[in-house]
Amino acid sequence: MNDLSTPRAVEPAAGRIEPIVLRERGQREVFCGLTGIVWLHRKMQDAFFLVVGSRTCAHLIQSAAGVMIFAEPRFATAILTDRDLAGLADAGDELDRICVTLLERRPDIATLFLVGSCPSEVIKLDLAKAAERLNARLFPRVRVHNYSGSGIETTFTQGEDNALRALVPTMPATDERQLLVVGCVADVVEDQLVRIFADLGIGPVRFLPARRARDLPPVGPGTLLLLAQPFNGETARALVARGARILQAPYPFGAEGTTAWLRAAADAWGVDTERFDAVTAPGIARARASLERARERLSGKRVFLMPDSQLEIPLARFLHRELGMSVIEVGTPYLDRQMVAAELPLLPPEATLSEGQHLERQLDRVRAAKPDLTVCGLGLANPLEAEGLTTKWSIELVFTPIHGYEQAGDLGGIFARPVERRERLKP
Amino acid sequence: MQLTLWTYEGPPHVGAMRIADSMRGVHLVLHAPQGDTYADLLFTMIDRQDRRPPVSYTTFQARDLGGDTANLVTRAVTDALERFQPQVILVGESCTAELIQDQPGSLAQGMRLPVPVVPLELPAYSKKENWGASETFYQLARTLLADRIPPPGTPRPGREGARRPRANLLGPTALAFRCRDDVTEIGILLEKMGVDVNVVAPLGASPDDIRRLPEADFNIDLYPEVSRTLATWLERQFGMPRTKVIPMGVGATRDFIAEVAGLAGLDPAVALAGELPGQASRSSSASRAPWYSRSVDSTYLTGKRVFIFADAAHAIAAARIAAEEMGFTVVGLGTFDRAFARDVREAAAKYGVEALISDDYLEVEKAIAAASPELVLGTQMERHIAKRLGIACAVISSPIHVQDVPARYSPVFGFEGANVLFDAWVHPLMMGLEEHLLQMFREDFEFHDGAAASHLPAASPAAPRPAAAVAPAPPAQAAPAPEAAVPANEPGDPQWTPDGEKELGKIPFFVRGKARRNTERFALERGIRRITVETLYDAKAHFSR
Ligand code: SF4
Ligand code: SF4
Repeated sequence: MNDLSTPRAVEPAAGRIEPIVLRERGQREVFCGLTGIVWLHRKMQDAFFLVVGSRTCAHLIQSAAGVMIFAEPRFATAILTDRDLAGLADAGDELDRICVTLLERRPDIATLFLVGSCPSEVIKLDLAKAAERLNARLFPRVRVHNYSGSGIETTFTQGEDNALRALVPTMPATDERQLLVVGCVADVVEDQLVRIFADLGIGPVRFLPARRARDLPPVGPGTLLLLAQPFNGETARALVARGARILQAPYPFGAEGTTAWLRAAADAWGVDTERFDAVTAPGIARARASLERARERLSGKRVFLMPDSQLEIPLARFLHRELGMSVIEVGTPYLDRQMVAAELPLLPPEATLSEGQHLERQLDRVRAAKPDLTVCGLGLANPLEAEGLTTKWSIELVFTPIHGYEQAGDLGGIFARPVERRERLKP
Repeated sequence: MQLTLWTYEGPPHVGAMRIADSMRGVHLVLHAPQGDTYADLLFTMIDRQDRRPPVSYTTFQARDLGGDTANLVTRAVTDALERFQPQVILVGESCTAELIQDQPGSLAQGMRLPVPVVPLELPAYSKKENWGASETFYQLARTLLADRIPPPGTPRPGREGARRPRANLLGPTALAFRCRDDVTEIGILLEKMGVDVNVVAPLGASPDDIRRLPEADFNIDLYPEVSRTLATWLERQFGMPRTKVIPMGVGATRDFIAEVAGLAGLDPAVALAGELPGQASRSSSASRAPWYSRSVDSTYLTGKRVFIFADAAHAIAAARIAAEEMGFTVVGLGTFDRAFARDVREAAAKYGVEALISDDYLEVEKAIAAASPELVLGTQMERHIAKRLGIACAVISSPIHVQDVPARYSPVFGFEGANVLFDAWVHPLMMGLEEHLLQMFREDFEFHDGAAASHLPAASPAAPRPAAAVAPAPPAQAAPAPEAAVPANEPGDPQWTPDGEKELGKIPFFVRGKARRNTERFALERGIRRITVETLYDAKAHFSR
């Protein structure tokens, strides 16, 4: 465990070697990008997500959402049928009809996302064109965007990246110097961050996405990007193409991660150390205190992270450096080096970093390593528990507020709870 | 294109997974993209299974398209065979693979594997989960029994010697409603009757068990959604008769016993000894339900309005129980499964309601709201509808959620099943006498608005809530959607006068929501703008006619 007493502790030790990367291909057990709709629609309260796909896609979203049925959800699937495939119905007309009916029902919707799926992509349904056509008809009342959440092109959290990427071209231009935080964070986290940035004298601060998708933040040469999620690489690059600059930082998980992340912005704004320390000290103290219990429980234990949400690398760093866990393997669906440039050097060198997946071989490694905690998808958790392993299903990490100082304890708790539970239950 | 908010059934390949997952020695290779692996969690989370479903996915990606997607199939089949050593391999595809037309079934058949390969056609753009399960079960059995079909016209061999009659229990699967315990319960019933269970399938069956199906004298078509196709085929090819009654409820269980006795050549009178239909005595049935239903506490159940929407078999059976065994009034009956629409229509006609055949969740919600029932019997979907409308609800069929797979023994078929159903349906309603007492003591301070009946958990979102008519019940987890379930008052809506509102406050909270709804509807229909005490009692008189 590194010394946390100075926020600068994140600087990698000189000459540290990066972990070896194991590239694997085989069966993958990861959700597709459609899953992102579950949290995206909660963040952007004026947005509706219409998947153009199959019954499988509809079933996926409702299963991933834990079949949490809301009054009337702000997502739906336009299910392709035989008629559409046989060309009996013009897919474009059908889609227009569905969108118009839908928007008539929901006058509160100001942004409509048409979301492509594997079937819509394989039959080459042009959703960009459909969006253009619908915009001509519906804008300005409703702005229509399109992106792909298909499982042949995206994994799990890449859906968010594609959705946000789709917003970039319509963001207004600005030359103003501003901080843009990129990636969905819970509203409560957003409010906390706004307060901290204000205390640091950093501003204006804007968020992508905003709570109303319609309130698009501007972007331009004066924009500095602070990435809140490690999976928004395409969005970040699209923003860079519009003049923005990325502030490299680890992600704001845990006391250390949050401090380093805030510091990247503070440095860019020339905030002096004294002020920075004064503003962050209470948060750091609370975060550390709230991590104590988890640390007691997890320190010295061994963790294996299966590839799932793309959060694996920053979380492995957090588990290792702040909770004292040793990391056996960090799986990631794909390795976007630019996005994790500040994280990789902080991983323990003995950890194996694996990219992609060969599920059966990876499970063999899990069984051989007998980790104290395995972070994995919902489909694998109970079977591994039944084999005697302790697991944490990773989807909770995208549904729960885990960013920032005030959530550090909750984040620690997510990993500590399953371990504590196993210790409590008498065999 | 069909606009879908929530789907009752998954795609047909999920049906195929349910068959593979239910059996031993069977492995399914699915040609599908990575996202489709979500289906594993249905089995491991909802059904709490302690092992992964026996399914391999090829998980092809965009970059494989036009290249070696076919190779992925053969590799997945080879790997699955080596790693899992199944006795049979099922090969199917999901919606996306259907479009790229790799024909994974034929590919696998061409591999000359040492085990039988069953290629599955699962048309994802026209069929759904139940169809997929039924078709997979049928194709699997057909493949395994291909060399055993007797020439047409062969008379069925009689029962040798003094052997007891034998039956197969067909249709129970993973992820279906209470199959695990229903199979046990029906097994006990058959045992008492002197009938042996030859094979239970697919749940727990091996390919060898499937080969033994024809050794039974007849089939019990226990879950027709899954087993009707196969049972009819066995009837045609092997001359095996099948049952038609679903033994859910006391009356249906008695009918089932009579039917089985007929098929088994037994005297039904023996099996039905002790079953005294219509008798109020405690020992009139092997089930306690008839007595409980006759005990005075149950008077309060009389005429409770019940809306039933489920898979066809459970819906039809539930309607009969509701009407004949609980003394409820059936105000709605329907199913999401069009394949059985005719049966449901026939049943609905008996209760003087029009069957609702729809897989459109919003339409079902609208119908339930319009019927203003006091109890909803449905699926996991209807649980949510009922929760939002503040109506009591019990789940009687899949699609289910994790709490519908209880740890305790809780069948819904047979005599014990009738007991379970009685409890499950009455519990969410106000306990009869307790309701009565609440009425009598409603002025006492303990019975203030917030007090719920003692048997209901204080904060249970499923409990009928006083404010249900004006605010959505809080969701069980911490991610409530902001959408309000109840539309805000339109300007033209009737307004409550202070007096009317005050009088409404004197009505016990557990019926207040309903009183408010009814009165508002009454006023609206008559163009009454101000709801006074008079309006309230006019409405009460109107609705109690
Ligand atoms: S409220 Fe949530 S947990 Fe409860 S049944 Fe519905 S989906 Fe399941
Ligand atoms: S993987 Fe493709 S077909 Fe499957 S749910 Fe995702 S988008 Fe739909």
